[in-house]
Amino acid sequence: MTEFHTELSPIVLVDLALLTMLMFVAIAMLRSRHLFAVIMLSGIYSLLSAAFFVSLDAVDVAFTEAAVGAGVSTVLMLGGMLLTARREKPVTPGRAPVALAVVFLTGAALIYATIDMPAFGDPSAPANTHVGQAYVEQTPKDIAVPNIVTAVLASYRGFDTLGEVVVVFTAGLGVILLLGVGSVRGGEPVRDRPDEED
Amino acid sequence: MQHLILRVTTKILFTPIILFALYVQFHGDYGPGGGFQAGVIFAVAFILHAFCFGLEETKKALPQKALTIAMVVGVLFYAGTGLATMLLGGNFLGYDAIDPESTHHAGQHYGIILVEWGVGVCVASTMLTIFYLFTGREPDIDPEDW
Repeated sequence: MTEFHTELSPIVLVDLALLTMLMFVAIAMLRSRHLFAVIMLSGIYSLLSAAFFVSLDAVDVAFTEAAVGAGVSTVLMLGGMLLTARREKPVTPGRAPVALAVVFLTGAALIYATIDMPAFGDPSAPANTHVGQAYVEQTPKDIAVPNIVTAVLASYRGFDTLGEVVVVFTAGLGVILLLGVGSVRGGEPVRDRPDEED
Repeated sequence: MQHLILRVTTKILFTPIILFALYVQFHGDYGPGGGFQAGVIFAVAFILHAFCFGLEETKKALPQKALTIAMVVGVLFYAGTGLATMLLGGNFLGYDAIDPESTHHAGQHYGIILVEWGVGVCVASTMLTIFYLFTGREPDIDPEDW
């Protein structure tokens, strides 16, 4: 088996630039106490990850990330922020040596584990050889739709996607039950205070 | 009701956004996209409408009752496609049962479009429901708070 090396092509440099920006946005999100800024930064984070997914040729994932992560969740979080405070409560910084040690050890173990991972873009990596290759080869014969991602999502893994839709439905149901819209048959919506009049 | 430019722009943008959502919905098996993305884009058109004209106007155009029903319809449409393929003699969500005579898997194509429609309806109505309920609780923002 020959050793695979990723060349330092312009695409890899773009990836590195995007990942660096992702890291800085994440640090800025951790440090900011202003919730509006944090929500905007999380939108930027999603948009940067969408760009990163495009450079990895995962356009379907990038599309979802841009629409859901950068678009709708930013709006929903702004709506959520309006119901609470504009600023996070100030936290007094403390020293927690045990937590620091645990985080440090876990991080070191994860970085050590990446040494054994296949090189970036290696065609003989396990992810590209077994199931992935089977989908690429079988989709034109089994499903005959051009977009393999859709074939996997809606046909090969149709049952999983049904589960995902039920998850989305359950999320909506939970919000309806907690915040209350009243019943379809004409029940009363829930009010914050019982003496409140419309 | 000032902000004339915003109102005109929203009116111009609304239809292309819906059209783009439908394109993403029905073109998902040829290019990137599908029910999840299309549902979100569809919801975004109404969110834009609510930002510009106020939530009450949007609720008149698309009432919460319709959304609650659409949420259920979306999930049942997906599961119903699976049951239909079972009744046609195939497996649950085995779309080849829809058109068994086809030589180029037309049944798969029909099945994917049907379930993606269920996904789109459910995602769009759920996103709008969450948006309605969260933003509908506080009447307006004090500018001093920003």
